[in-house]
Amino acid sequence: MSAPAGGVLAAFRHVDDAVQAVRELKEMGYRDFTVYSPVPNHEIAAAIGHRISPVRGWTLLGGLAGLSLGFLMALWMSVDYPIVVGGKPIPSVIPYIVIGFELTILVGALATITGLIVHIIRNRRAAAYDPRFTDDHVGIFVPCPAERRNAVQQLLQTSGAEEVRVEA
Amino acid sequence: MATTVHPDPAPAHHAHPTYHEVTRDIAATLGTPKRGYYVLLAFVLTVLAAGAFALLWQIRYGLGVAGYVPPVMWGVYITTFVFWVGIAHSGTLISAILYLFRSAWRTSVYRTAEAMTVFAVMTAGLFPLIHVGRLWYAYWLIPYPNQRGLWVNFKSPLVWDVFAVSTYFTVSTLFLIVGLVPDVAAIRDKAIGWRKKLYRITALGWRGTDQQWRHYTKAYLYLAALATPLVLSVHSVVSWDFAMSIVPGWHATIFAPYFVAGAIYSGVAMVITLIVPLRKVFQLERYINVIHFENLAKLLLLTGSIVGYAYLMEYFVAWYSGNPFERASFWNRAFGEYWWATWTMLLCNGVLPLFLWFPKVRRSIPALFVLSLFVNLGMWFERFVIIVVSLSFEYEPYAMGHYTPSWVDWTILAGSFAWFFMWFLLFAKNFPTVSITEVKEIIPMPRRKGARA
Repeated sequence: MSAPAGGVLAAFRHVDDAVQAVRELKEMGYRDFTVYSPVPNHEIAAAIGHRISPVRGWTLLGGLAGLSLGFLMALWMSVDYPIVVGGKPIPSVIPYIVIGFELTILVGALATITGLIVHIIRNRRAAAYDPRFTDDHVGIFVPCPAERRNAVQQLLQTSGAEEVRVEA
Repeated sequence: MATTVHPDPAPAHHAHPTYHEVTRDIAATLGTPKRGYYVLLAFVLTVLAAGAFALLWQIRYGLGVAGYVPPVMWGVYITTFVFWVGIAHSGTLISAILYLFRSAWRTSVYRTAEAMTVFAVMTAGLFPLIHVGRLWYAYWLIPYPNQRGLWVNFKSPLVWDVFAVSTYFTVSTLFLIVGLVPDVAAIRDKAIGWRKKLYRITALGWRGTDQQWRHYTKAYLYLAALATPLVLSVHSVVSWDFAMSIVPGWHATIFAPYFVAGAIYSGVAMVITLIVPLRKVFQLERYINVIHFENLAKLLLLTGSIVGYAYLMEYFVAWYSGNPFERASFWNRAFGEYWWATWTMLLCNGVLPLFLWFPKVRRSIPALFVLSLFVNLGMWFERFVIIVVSLSFEYEPYAMGHYTPSWVDWTILAGSFAWFFMWFLLFAKNFPTVSITEVKEIIPMPRRKGARA
């Protein structure tokens, strides 16, 4: 992120303008642009055409890992150090449901966070930024070589950007 | 706070604040505090110091200073543990369960509730350790490989509790932090000076890119989906600490739902207790208004009614069981040595919330504030009644005893409130207590071609 690629950065006040610009950019064949927004927005996501985030796989696998870890840990440890109470079975599954359940949640949550971090880092792109994007503006950064900048600038301006600037 | 002020193309036709106003107003809560804040913080720290002194005293002279009298070996500490775990619950209810229900009103109050959850669990977690006496062996609770080949007893509800409470603490902290990241980024982009540096680090590089939101929204959803069953399980597990034993007054199958309802009830009361002054001090009347209080009051009424029902049902079950010990235990609750604790609990939790049936009370912020204090008091006494009063009146009359908390108990209890409020005060001054991002989410994004229906 420290070396931003050259390109064009636009700030939009209106979300429908930004969505329109995203559609036009896609028609022109651009795929590697970055859209900033202060809140998550379905229209923007639909215009870009994201597939469902793979984070859900992390949650599922983490939860299953936690579940098996919880049961296996409790079962193995109670066999390894038997606490004999009233002739009852030493590894008893029913009370271990609590352990299995809690670890499902714990490992599932930790895996979700790990997945979130991993995928955000993987999909990170060098892009210019403006502090308005966390406040009330939608931003679009299009990385492009100098010769194509005019066309992109034109496109963003006509779709209604409040400000368009070229980032070296 | 240097920002470019853009002329607003659509002047306010509606009551919604603009996105920019949301950022500005909530960021303003992080400005330099007035003297009252430091006075309050100093008071809280003094009480905390007294609590720490009492704890050191107990460590030096042993658990004997804590007023335990056989057979009452679970006293104020366990009562306070259950109280604080209970407080935590409504935070997760508001932040996770209402999130899954897509309930829009939660956005203004959920951050406060969630921070309250984390700090309440941090407070609760201290008490089992204080209660076991030898704090320095606290790690024995965790199954770790050791030379003697010992493992913990997984059939014990106390071990379940260790797993439940530590999972709850971890997950609710993660949930709070994940929710904070986009907000901290919004403040980073406004802040100056040393705070800019602080928020640059704590925003973790958040910029609100499409890829970040794509993964973030899903991760948040799954965290909420994991936190929802978790919150129901934690207080159930806490209730099984009691229900799994055969003490009359404890050994009841209604304990899990009874405790969960009570937990959410006390937590909603604590949210009201916190939000009323917070809103005043930070001038957030525009974001937290009567609708939010009314909804909280309805939650209070719902959970309070469940709790009231459970109180009646407990007595019915004791009578209907025909078990003489069970019947004696409940007779003792109402008319024995601790009658005052029981009637405080019944009055505060069962009777006073009935006023919430009146819409006027639900919409009166001062009335709700006063009521919430009574509910907090009543819920502490509920746990005292369940724990201490039941233990003091077990089977054999020659083995019964009367427990009176000592000054150490009371001081550590006061210290726990100070510990909780210290964290909350520090949080409220350094991080947004109302979510910037989620408040914006319920306001339609500005459009050129008018709003879609």
